[in-house]
Amino acid sequence: MFPPIPNPSVSPDAAKPRFGEKDIMRRSASEVTPPAQRLTEVAKLIDVSKCIGCKACQAACLEWNNLTEEIGFNHGVYENPMDLTPNTFTLMRFTEWENPETENLEWLIRKDGCMHCEDPGCLKACPAPGAIVQYSNGIVDFQHENCIGCGYCIKGCPFNIPRISKVDHTAYKCTLCSDRVAVGQGPACQKACPTQAIVFGTKQEMKDWADFRIKDLKSRGFENAGLYDPQGVGGTHVMYVLHHADQPSIYANLPDNPRISPIVDAWKGVTKYVGLAAMGFAAAAGFLHYVVAGPNRVTAEDEENAEKLTEGKGPAKGPPSAPPPAPPSGPAGHEGRAT
Amino acid sequence: MNMELSRRSFLKTSGAGIAGTSLGAFGFGEAEAAVASFIKPFHLANTTEARNTCTYCSVACGIIIYSKGDLRKGEKADIVHIEGDADHPTNRGTLCPKGAALRDIVKSETRLTQPMLRKAGSDTFEPVSWDAALDKIARMMKDDRDANFVATNKDGVTVNRWLTTGFLAASATTNETAFATYKVVRSTGILAFDNQARV
Repeated sequence: MFPPIPNPSVSPDAAKPRFGEKDIMRRSASEVTPPAQRLTEVAKLIDVSKCIGCKACQAACLEWNNLTEEIGFNHGVYENPMDLTPNTFTLMRFTEWENPETENLEWLIRKDGCMHCEDPGCLKACPAPGAIVQYSNGIVDFQHENCIGCGYCIKGCPFNIPRISKVDHTAYKCTLCSDRVAVGQGPACQKACPTQAIVFGTKQEMKDWADFRIKDLKSRGFENAGLYDPQGVGGTHVMYVLHHADQPSIYANLPDNPRISPIVDAWKGVTKYVGLAAMGFAAAAGFLHYVVAGPNRVTAEDEENAEKLTEGKGPAKGPPSAPPPAPPSGPAGHEGRAT
Repeated sequence: MNMELSRRSFLKTSGAGIAGTSLGAFGFGEAEAAVASFIKPFHLANTTEARNTCTYCSVACGIIIYSKGDLRKGEKADIVHIEGDADHPTNRGTLCPKGAALRDIVKSETRLTQPMLRKAGSDTFEPVSWDAALDKIARMMKDDRDANFVATNKDGVTVNRWLTTGFLAASATTNETAFATYKVVRSTGILAFDNQARV
């Protein structure tokens, strides 16, 4: 078994976070100087083949984060609730899949939740400065006091994870228990998992452990067993060991090849720079025109015509039914003279 | 809002707005000033730990109960978190979903915290003292056993059965408690004997 992480210490000295502000690698809608030295990347490995679907991780997640889920309805399926919610950061998704090769019914259980992408789509899409940050150990965390609740992070996420709370109208998702990781603990879900289907450590440790698991699965006839660490988002800090790694989509629509939506990429990339260029060009052109041609002056002839118009004596254009407005308070006449 | 706004001043104001936000977008000024971010403080700091055994099944997982409030200073202690005990040989820190949600049973409004009695003919339970409850149970068990104890079967073989009362014991007990419970219950002749882990 993977050696368990020791119990947390309650001493105030041990509670000092081991990473923080200085380790921020990316910050939404702002520029940051990345830290000179990256922290060791952490990762959570979810071994789908060992999961028994008990939902201890789901319960532990609610418990640690002081959240409660509304009492729902039995929809006749094992998922409960039916989808991720602002309170349910992690959700067991159950799929009954008939293996066409063996004609066996396989019960695929996947723990869904934030994947903590190396290249986070939520952070790229976010327009609120500092609402989403990425620490150099790979944790992508939401800062609720900066969140404006626009929901762009949901569009940006290749895995459809964040959810907007109806209570405070900000986005919520798994934090990888950044508060626990900061004091050297693993996330709450990992600690609770009774079959060690969830293990936590450095990214390299997790890859090595996954190799060991994949070898074991292959020896048991799962030839396509493999690690799910999608490179389309630069790799993730939550990885899966899948027994059918050749077709991740059978696991409750896990994306085969996740990548940030091209619309988000274009909107936050090319469009932004083109827009800025257009604005800069307009400003420069305006200034140049002012220097070369000077301001637009009203000629005496124009003034006269305007006066005629406001007095209702204009040729064919005067309002026929309305009584002629008093000349000094007429809006056009007033404006024409005032400046 | 009703205010006088001429066409010219409207254009002027919006022009200034566009100019300002454009400057911000270009990165001039502190338009996108960095805002402080922080990691939630670890909420088990300065709590009191108490080792215990999970109340649910007979696996008897080790748990640690974290409470806030110092009893020695006369404060009221309150349980803030419960998680598995990594040093416990049974579960090595892991818990099942029921165990992982143990704090909810502690805080549950429907949790039974004292003996309750529903008197014959009544439709409500009312609290009674432990002494009264145990006395009543002992009295009723004695009466029932005196009336219905089967010492011999119809062939005259000694069987010593007491079939009209059952006993349901706790599962989260030590071996010694379980041994004593078993001996006491079986010595009375009770056959219907189980523990709540199978309920």
